Amino acid sequence: MLKMTHLSKAYRTEVVETYALRDFSIHVREGEFVAVTGPSGSGKTTFLTIAGLLEEFSGGEYQLDGANVRGLNDNQRSRLRNEKIGFIFQAFNLIPDLNVQDNIDVPLRYRGFDGAERRRRIQESLARVGLSARGRHYPAELSGGQQQRVAIARALAGSPRLLLADEPTGNLDTQMARGVLDLLEELHRDGSTIVMVTHDPELAVRAQREVHIVDGQVVDLAPQPRLVAGNHVNT
Amino acid sequence: MLNYYFTLALRSLKRNAVLTVLMIAAIGVGIGASMTTLTVFRAMAGDPIPNKSRQLFAVQIDNWGPKRGIVGGDEQNLQEQISYLDAIGLMTAHAAQRQSAMYATGFALTPSNPDLRPFVVQARAAYGDFFAMFDVPFRYGGSWTAADDAGRADVVVISRKLNDKVFGGANSVGKTLNLDNHDYRVVGVLDRWEPLPKFYDLNNNKYGEPEEAFIPFTRAIDQQLPSWGNNNCGGDTVPAPGWEGRLHSECIWIQFWAELPSAADAGRYGMFVNNYAAEQRRAGRFHWAPNTRIHNVREWLTHEHAVSTEARILVLVSFSFLLVCLLNAMGLMLAKIMGRAGDIGVRRALGANRRAIFAQCLIEAGVVGLAGGLLGLALTALGLAGLRSLLSDEVNRLTHFSLEDVAIAVILSVAATVLAGLYPTWRAAQVQPAWQLKAQ
Repeated sequence: MLKMTHLSKAYRTEVVETYALRDFSIHVREGEFVAVTGPSGSGKTTFLTIAGLLEEFSGGEYQLDGANVRGLNDNQRSRLRNEKIGFIFQAFNLIPDLNVQDNIDVPLRYRGFDGAERRRRIQESLARVGLSARGRHYPAELSGGQQQRVAIARALAGSPRLLLADEPTGNLDTQMARGVLDLLEELHRDGSTIVMVTHDPELAVRAQREVHIVDGQVVDLAPQPRLVAGNHVNT
Repeated sequence: MLNYYFTLALRSLKRNAVLTVLMIAAIGVGIGASMTTLTVFRAMAGDPIPNKSRQLFAVQIDNWGPKRGIVGGDEQNLQEQISYLDAIGLMTAHAAQRQSAMYATGFALTPSNPDLRPFVVQARAAYGDFFAMFDVPFRYGGSWTAADDAGRADVVVISRKLNDKVFGGANSVGKTLNLDNHDYRVVGVLDRWEPLPKFYDLNNNKYGEPEEAFIPFTRAIDQQLPSWGNNNCGGDTVPAPGWEGRLHSECIWIQFWAELPSAADAGRYGMFVNNYAAEQRRAGRFHWAPNTRIHNVREWLTHEHAVSTEARILVLVSFSFLLVCLLNAMGLMLAKIMGRAGDIGVRRALGANRRAIFAQCLIEAGVVGLAGGLLGLALTALGLAGLRSLLSDEVNRLTHFSLEDVAIAVILSVAATVLAGLYPTWRAAQVQPAWQLKAQ
């Protein structure tokens, strides 16, 4: 599903070149739930933005769902992002002057679905996150946990092949965080491929596999069996 | 997607009402100022007879010669009007399809209705061709005939306004009108006719309304009706005393127009006028080489400076002011759009390409422009009302705000605002979603 090989990302100024990712390789298979961990500044978010086609990389290869993304133009990257990737952000990133339905509608509009199809998908995704009754509410009228559920509904509405979550519980209290994680695990059980960036080891344990990044490189972790929704999965 | 962008634009404008109001106000004030001056300018510079402006020609003949030290002549030493002698010479030759000598005059009108008091009417003495030549519309009746011209008939064509005033708007053809104690038979009543500028006589009240009564030129001469317009007996021309002396003088006080349908006709007529001047030289009246010229309506308006330099400068200043307003609006738009960089980043992350963001922001600019245009229309109406209260009645027609002006105001506002919005919109399309999302 997601394969980066010897990928690098350098930020250059006139006098200095800083690598956020260096010789970075990762392979996420279809249906996997992978946690990407690492200390602050290790390159987690850079990895996520490159994986989400929000940023270009300096070197190496990146294949998303079998397609080589190097050299794609803005239109192609945007279309690929819209069709194949769902984002879940730490700060939810809901648009404040749009209600819940209209927020979920945003990626569907860019996808070009007709009105009936968009309404169907909005209702389905809202039902999936248990917020069917909140469609006309504005983000400011919802709790943090509810807002993150709306963000997840928005990510799911386009039926993406890959969900990218950036510290999805970072802005939530423990109870709300648990609810969001339960939802992610449920989505994974239903077949979604999820890559979750977190600096919280306890959160990472809930994933199927953990990839640890230090100084922009993947550090080998001994493969450990993890408990995912009550099932033992070997990695 | 256009509907969607339009809805988003309205939401976005509501979201930050203060900035929105400031932007609309900046554009509205700029549009109001520029449209007020542009409306007046357009009225001054408009083509008063677009269908025939290339077929109607004003005639100039130099009957004063090169060394007369005359003030007011153009670069070719030609005056705007001609003498009676030349007017009759050209009329007698009848070299054009239609032609008319004419001059401004006037009467005291004594209505048959005893309830109405006598009043003064502006009039024009012309030949019957005047009406067909200038496409003058008739409500009742029509022009007088060539026989009436030849017979110096006491007939009159009156304006719709005068007909309303004296005859209550009824068909007055056949009725009589007492002008300067002579009865004239009404043969025609004009419909609405408002050439602006009054191109056929730019010497006399060029932005004013056309005259209220028209009588045959021959009859006016016969009645010794004086010219109420510009008269010039400049230089060492000294007319002999009395009406006959005036008619045989080199004083210039008559306008002369000819209808020449094709360029070939115009060329031939130009040569004819030149030959006429040469003939006058041979006859011993002119002592210089023929100096004549014909101008079509557009050329004539330019030659006679129908649009004043002051008006041009005013338009320039007001459009400079609009530019300043647009720069302000652009700054506000930039602030507004960059304040929404986070939302734009989210939209990009959710699949919007740069073109989609560009279109969304540009439509928002267009909506601001539309609102600014509507405000500008109201301010233009206010500005023109202010001008009407300041200007004399005769130039009030310049402040008429037509549907075309409304369309220009709205289109100008939307186009200018979209143009001013290009840079902020371009900046919005350049928002890097990764940076925006990392910052959050």
